[in-house]
Amino acid sequence: MTAFDILSLILGVMMVVIVFVAIHAKKMISAVLFLSLVSMLAVVAFVMLKAPDVAITEAVIGSGLVTSLFVFTLLATRKEGVK
Amino acid sequence: MKLKNLLALLVTLLLALAIILTLNNNTLFPAFGDVDLADRVSGQYLDSAQIDEIGAANIVTAIVVGFRGFDTLGEVTVLFISSLGVALLFGASRKQKRLDADFSPNFMLRVGSRVLFGVILTVGLYIILHGHLTPGGGFPGGTMIASAILLLYLADDQFRAKIKGFKILESASGSLYVVIGLLGLVLATYFLQNFLPAGTVGNLLSAGIFPILYILIGLKVGSEISGIIDNFLTEEDAK
Repeated sequence: MTAFDILSLILGVMMVVIVFVAIHAKKMISAVLFLSLVSMLAVVAFVMLKAPDVAITEAVIGSGLVTSLFVFTLLATRKEGVK
Repeated sequence: MKLKNLLALLVTLLLALAIILTLNNNTLFPAFGDVDLADRVSGQYLDSAQIDEIGAANIVTAIVVGFRGFDTLGEVTVLFISSLGVALLFGASRKQKRLDADFSPNFMLRVGSRVLFGVILTVGLYIILHGHLTPGGGFPGGTMIASAILLLYLADDQFRAKIKGFKILESASGSLYVVIGLLGLVLATYFLQNFLPAGTVGNLLSAGIFPILYILIGLKVGSEISGIIDNFLTEEDAK
């Protein structure tokens, strides 16, 4: 097993675990942040696979734009019953 | 509730196992770095003689705007249609105002965002301009410009971008893309052909029409996503 294999194994397991945590998070905002973390790990995976173009796009869209749009939407919505 | 969680974990693990097993024993999916490029289309693209002819140092750009320029036109059209859908859903009425969120920016956020706005905009423009030399290009660069605009929305809860200007910019750059494609048809032989000289590989002004096309794509993507952001963050004015 080379270092590349071990690193990609760790990355893959971490991504699956974090996605699972994101699904089961109690607060919406932490689910969004975990999703952003998965995107960051995907960026590392793309760099390891020597695809810098895809990595840049994933970094900007996955962990930048989509996360901030989700956060904005969460800020604008309220739970029913709370004012 | 506990049983449901356990079941979800089990299904996830089974799915992961299925994916790994399918990809492991498959001749269509060789291991990373083991692909024989000679019997694939990408081998032809990577032919060094062709790269010298095209003049783009970044092979991904050569494929995206060069060999697959027509597909990129389709991709830009998909983005245009999605922004049109968002505008139909959220921006149908004429009077619009900012969404009132339970949140007002403090001093640090306001000043910090103004500073970061310039930096992000510069990086986005750099990525667009150097799309044919370094990784990146029109799509990530345009999105970066849009996220700079989003930062301005974050910094000021009354801020609204001039959406009309964005719409004009978007239509103009989309039309210019098609016009350049048609110029290739007229001056050379086929749609979107590179009719300008390739120049020296590695110079900023090289690779013929690629930088021009990527600037147009960047402007179009940036203005489209800024429009989507504005639609998301505004609502109908009640009065």
